[in-house]
Amino acid sequence: MEFPKELKYTKTHEWVLIRGPIAVVGITDFAQRELTDVVYVELPEVGKKVTAGAECAVVESVKAAVDIYSPLSGKITKVNEKLTDEPQLLNTDPYGEGWVLEMQPSNPSELDTLMNADQYQKIVEES
Amino acid sequence: MDFVPQTEEELQRMLEEIGVRSFEEFLEEICPDLKCSPLNLPVFSSRPSESEGMSEPELQEHMRRLAARNVSLSARNSFLGAGAYDHFIPEVVSALSSRAEFYTAYTPYQPEASQGFLQAMFEYQTAICELTAMEVSNASLYDGASALAEGVLMALRTKGGRSRVLISSAVHPEYRTVLKTYLKGSAVRAEELPYEDGITALPELERLADDQTAAVVLQSPNFFGCIEDMERACQIAHARGSLFIAVVNPVSLGVLTAPGEYGADIALGDGQPLGNELSFGGPHLGFLACTESLMRKMPGRIVGMTEDADGERGFVLTLQTREQHIRREKATSNICTNHALNALRASIYLCCLGKEGIRRLAELNLQKSHYLFDRLGKVKGISPVFPSPFFNEFVVRCGVPLARLNNRLAKKGILGGVELGRWYPELKDCLLVCVTETRSKEQLDEFVAAFKEVL
Amino acid sequence: MSEPLIFEQSRPGRMAASLPKLDVPEKPLSEILPQKFLRKNPPHLPEVSEVQLVRHFTRLSQRNFCVDTHFYPLGSCTMKYNPKVNEKVASLDGFAHLHPYQPEEDAQGILQLMWEMEQCLREICGMSRFSLQPSAGAHGELLGMMLVRAYHQSKKRSPTRVIVPDTSHGTNPASAALSGFKVEVVSSRADGVIDPDSLAAAMNDDVAAVMTTNPNTLGLLEKEIRTIADIAHEHDALMYYDGANLNALMGICKPGEMGFDIVHLNLHKTFSTPHGGGGPGAGPVGVRENLAPFLPVPLVEKDGERYRLNYDLPRSVGKVRSFYGNISVVIKAYAYILALGSKGLARASRAAVINANYLLSRLKATFSAPYGERCMHEFVLSASNLKEHGIRALDIAKALIDKGFHPPTVYFPLTVPEAMMIEPTETETRETLDEFAAALVEIAQEARANPESLHQSPRRAFSRRLDEVKAAREPRLRWKPE
Repeated sequence: MEFPKELKYTKTHEWVLIRGPIAVVGITDFAQRELTDVVYVELPEVGKKVTAGAECAVVESVKAAVDIYSPLSGKITKVNEKLTDEPQLLNTDPYGEGWVLEMQPSNPSELDTLMNADQYQKIVEES
Repeated sequence: MDFVPQTEEELQRMLEEIGVRSFEEFLEEICPDLKCSPLNLPVFSSRPSESEGMSEPELQEHMRRLAARNVSLSARNSFLGAGAYDHFIPEVVSALSSRAEFYTAYTPYQPEASQGFLQAMFEYQTAICELTAMEVSNASLYDGASALAEGVLMALRTKGGRSRVLISSAVHPEYRTVLKTYLKGSAVRAEELPYEDGITALPELERLADDQTAAVVLQSPNFFGCIEDMERACQIAHARGSLFIAVVNPVSLGVLTAPGEYGADIALGDGQPLGNELSFGGPHLGFLACTESLMRKMPGRIVGMTEDADGERGFVLTLQTREQHIRREKATSNICTNHALNALRASIYLCCLGKEGIRRLAELNLQKSHYLFDRLGKVKGISPVFPSPFFNEFVVRCGVPLARLNNRLAKKGILGGVELGRWYPELKDCLLVCVTETRSKEQLDEFVAAFKEVL
Repeated sequence: MSEPLIFEQSRPGRMAASLPKLDVPEKPLSEILPQKFLRKNPPHLPEVSEVQLVRHFTRLSQRNFCVDTHFYPLGSCTMKYNPKVNEKVASLDGFAHLHPYQPEEDAQGILQLMWEMEQCLREICGMSRFSLQPSAGAHGELLGMMLVRAYHQSKKRSPTRVIVPDTSHGTNPASAALSGFKVEVVSSRADGVIDPDSLAAAMNDDVAAVMTTNPNTLGLLEKEIRTIADIAHEHDALMYYDGANLNALMGICKPGEMGFDIVHLNLHKTFSTPHGGGGPGAGPVGVRENLAPFLPVPLVEKDGERYRLNYDLPRSVGKVRSFYGNISVVIKAYAYILALGSKGLARASRAAVINANYLLSRLKATFSAPYGERCMHEFVLSASNLKEHGIRALDIAKALIDKGFHPPTVYFPLTVPEAMMIEPTETETRETLDEFAAALVEIAQEARANPESLHQSPRRAFSRRLDEVKAAREPRLRWKPE
């Protein structure tokens, strides 16, 4: 299982990559394994404002439909349209091609509440 | 009658094998404090003591007597419609749907054990799509009224942020009541559009529809039997960014424009006319179809085609994650069942009629209703109420109090039509008359003669 | 070998139906309807002969498990035998060919049946009035939630929350949410039942209702249900009974005497009406006297010897469907109740409970039985003891198909990992239960010896294992002409 060092993580199994003023968000390797084959992703609307911890997208497998919670507060600037036709990218490349959305964080201090790779790995291994 | 296969001795033995001496002892062990009053079914004057239950011959006799206290349409020359229609049901429909492999089957959650029913439902979905000219259909809902409520909820989910629903007052009154009941838990209110000359007043729709409107609902043929200008209504709805919901009579689609042809987003209605018994109002069948873009917002069961491990074609329930057993409080609906057996009957019926048959059936209805309409129009004391084109129902005003008229018609074995006053006070002396292909020329002429005599 | 779609068997010009000739003078269509109302393109419905139609659907029927051929131990579904006499009586012309808007004088027989049915259900459940309108259990729940809202509104209150235990059926939270309530889940105790203390902690004036069933979905009796009801009633929260498990209770206890205010029943479960491949069923709703004014219109009343439909309920919530309900389903359930009588209904529940306990005793050594060796009419096993061999509840289910059994409910309740919920019902012989237990023991052995073979099952069903992922990723929901 992978836990890329440059990313930040949430307890609800989302990852965040900070690229200047933009934050890229996706789900972790652990999450995609639990879900098994992803069949559909319900992406949010670009421009939507979200608060940290609120649902921002839904990922469906055959047996479950799971919410993705926004790790930060801010505005959604881009969504990964490729997931509409190829939802399985979330399984095959959760940290790369399977990115879900990009957002403009409105409250940088929220980043400090996120976990680093070691902390997140510890949580996953304990569960 | 008793359907428990074990004898009392066998049951006792089983109890002993699990270490219990009697059922009373078992209950004492499990729930010592749960004492309740004994079960004593009431005794009705219609039958003797009940504690033992009836034997099969007694039961059949009792049920025959009850059924005989009804007067079914078989003993009447009936012109009743208003949302429940007496069409001829070919014998194959009952013969095939009464096979135990269909009616004693469960929901096909285990697809490998249920390919027959799943394929039948896939065929049903295809047939509904063809009939309505829409892109996707579900595997049925309970009835037309609840299908309408579900369709509106679907539109509200799709147009999140909008909270107005406009519905014609010419939509079936019971459908409108059900919609209002379903909406009570929300901040959304269904506002009614007035009718004029028997059809929805479209200038009012133009005036009222705005960027807060999530859905516009019209029925065609409407409750009065009149054909609405669905294309125009749909254009108005779309111009305001609203969805357009068409409530339709499936048999009429053999000859009338189909919802997909005029751009409806959702098409729904009651499928009872397709091979299902009247049965005093139920079970009937709600059908619901929509455009592909709304597919994942559709409530109810949906069957999809796929492959098995050998690459063979097969069918499964799909898009289930929208449903209650997965999404729980975030489900698209709480619907847990469909009316599978009624949908099966509808599918067999549509296959029985086929492409040509549905057109001929619709034309039979059209010709016979217009024959009656023309003949009645020449009877003094009766006048048609609406000038609009109609399918197989129309409204007439009679010069005499309806109670007296219907009484005298009943004495001649005729059910003249449904009195509209109970829903439309302004039409309190009017009858909704329905003619299906089951009315012969003799019966139609008999109806005209009876009116002449009574009026 | 699969059966082609009926659409694929279509040949131009064929028709199975036999329509009467037009016997009135024919008018040209253009004189009847304006061109713009005429259908532009005909529907591509299949053109087949009657022979083709019959062969096709008969063959489809042969590719289906059903109660008449297979044991269906589906928990909370109560797949009991569907008596043939019920089918016969419901199809009598005097019932089947009745229009809902016929004058009441024409419908005295069916109205009498509906009234008598209500009286029977009142006694079985210990409730005051019943509506026969809802078409399914979930539909009944929806109505139940509407009644909860109406009740509180009549007292000028608007509590927003509904409490459900974590073992509840999925329809419970869905119905509550659909009615605009927020759902709050209360965890069960380690012994599987609701903890009155947890409930008391979650209870306040913002709770509109508590939705539960008894016995619960684990097949365990909520022994402290009256305490639970008292906690709810102290805050004027209503107690809602999900009737899916009523088959355990007839002759033993009545929901009304356990403290419930609203009850829904599943006629297609407890009362033997057939499942029809998914429907139609019926979900009558019963209430205490104080909630009766809110029931949907119409109700059936008896005045002397006459029966009528009563629409005069000014505080009714409205209607949840057109007309009066799934009447032919009500007829079948009524016939069942009359056939069994009080003694027969009690015997049915007693035998259902004995069958379940017997079957549990035969299986508890093979799988993990998380809640002990006593249950009511159903029990839950966990297949998690086989996980180390790479076998999950799903594989066991598919393997059972090869052994000629419909699988039990799997992955429910959500509180048990690799759950298998088993409800034999009272209409199964001991021999069938023994065969089923033997099959499961064999599968467990196979799981240890040769797990890969289970991943390949089913092998002898109407298809091999089907690709549900592909179906969801690339939805193909209809046949299309080339």
